[in-house]
Amino acid sequence: MNANHTLVGAEDLGRRIVGGIEETGKVFLFFLSILRAIPGFWKKGHLVVEQMMAMGIESLPLVVVTSLFTGGVAAVQAAYQFQDYVPMRYLGSVIGKSVVIELGPVLTALVVAGRVGASIAAELGTMKVTEQIDALETIGISPIRYLAVPRFMAGMIMLPVVTIFSDFLAIAGAYTVAYFSLDVSANVFMEGLRLFFHLRDVFGGLVKSLFFGVVIATMGCYFGFSAQGGAEGVGRATTKAVVGSCLLILVLDYLLASLLFRVIFAG
Amino acid sequence: MQDSNGDSGMIVIERLEKSFNGQRVLRGLDLTIQAGESLVVIGRSGCGKSVLLKHIIGLMRPDSGHVYIDGKDVTVMNETELNELRKRFGMVFQGAALFDSLTVGENVALPLREHTPLSENEILDRVKEKLGLVGLEGIEGAGPASLSGGMKKRVGLARAMAMDPEFILYDEPTTGLDPIMADAINDLIRSLQEKLSITSVAVTHDMRSAYKIGDKIAMLHDGKIIYEGTPDEIRKCEDATVCQFITGSASGPMTNS
Repeated sequence: MNANHTLVGAEDLGRRIVGGIEETGKVFLFFLSILRAIPGFWKKGHLVVEQMMAMGIESLPLVVVTSLFTGGVAAVQAAYQFQDYVPMRYLGSVIGKSVVIELGPVLTALVVAGRVGASIAAELGTMKVTEQIDALETIGISPIRYLAVPRFMAGMIMLPVVTIFSDFLAIAGAYTVAYFSLDVSANVFMEGLRLFFHLRDVFGGLVKSLFFGVVIATMGCYFGFSAQGGAEGVGRATTKAVVGSCLLILVLDYLLASLLFRVIFAG
Repeated sequence: MQDSNGDSGMIVIERLEKSFNGQRVLRGLDLTIQAGESLVVIGRSGCGKSVLLKHIIGLMRPDSGHVYIDGKDVTVMNETELNELRKRFGMVFQGAALFDSLTVGENVALPLREHTPLSENEILDRVKEKLGLVGLEGIEGAGPASLSGGMKKRVGLARAMAMDPEFILYDEPTTGLDPIMADAINDLIRSLQEKLSITSVAVTHDMRSAYKIGDKIAMLHDGKIIYEGTPDEIRKCEDATVCQFITGSASGPMTNS
């Protein structure tokens, strides 16, 4: 009886692992099929612009709030850790570095994954279960070309754009907190910000966010297209898209950080 | 196999098999639809009627077997060839499947904008003409969400007609409509059929609709076509399974086995 239970558990675990690997492979193949469909996307330029507008408008309010408060928290925490060991004139340096390299790109990506990734999956999932995707195919229009590519391009372009906003706002949030509650003067903060500032850090952060944009759009489209079974299926697809993108963003963040800051920029 | 110099507009299906998760839905289905003919496939819900339609237009690939359109095998076509073929097809979906992000006019215009070099004015004229055919002039600007079920179906029909197709596939054209609207849709399908002599395949379990729009009726049961005949022939049919279905009785060979 007990051994039997263990066996069932092991079988289930095995099935989940195989299923996970299978899904990863499918996502990758889907990603390749989007890449193949990209040439000639400007013929659908209006669709790309439409998606870019939607993504920007959807994500900006969230990004504003997230960034301002993240910057503020970063300032408070840095000041707490500095205490008497590190002079406050380095506050700006620490904030600047951590925001443009890490906090800006990653937090923006996570917030946008929750907002835009979910709405892509929900929209395409609804189209799938109401046979609109099939209808598109029967008209002889490739859903990848018509629906996925514009979202993919828009995600790739818009996430870095939104991240630039986020970088500025987070630093502004930190500045405000430093000035009003940590008694760091404007001059000292700005001086620190400039001290170790490298443009390549900003650039590295934006390269990361470009990849995050690709992840969010790809996962949203993939799970949207593979939704089945009515409203419940759309809900499941949406959850999978958000959870999947968030995990992938964090893993990819580590890989890209290693590649960019330990190999490319270090050399 | 049908050779390629046969009549244009002919569909030949050979030994089509398809399973989902080990459940065999189509089990070696054979069916031939002549050019210009209107065939209705009847059968119980979930017996694979929609699956059959999706194989004809290449939305699904069979496990084995072939579908020939004018002698060309759909089941081995690549994406480009399929898209080329689909320009000759129109399909009306069960739930109409109108694109909610577009207006009614844009829905009907979409295939024209994608596949024809027509100017914007010509496209608008064509959209107007097609909406006129289904009795819905002047609703170009409306959103699909604001339409009733019957109107959606008619817009779906107008969209399917937009490219002047040689083939039309109907997936449950009258399901979910009130009897009067269902009859109006049947009349519409019949009159389009007579005017334009399109090869059409409709799947339905609504017998009134089947009698009205079909030149021929085929019954799908257990993954195969078990009976084929004209509406008059099928009324007189003595096959117990067919009788049970067309008279709509709860007891008989379909339910007892």
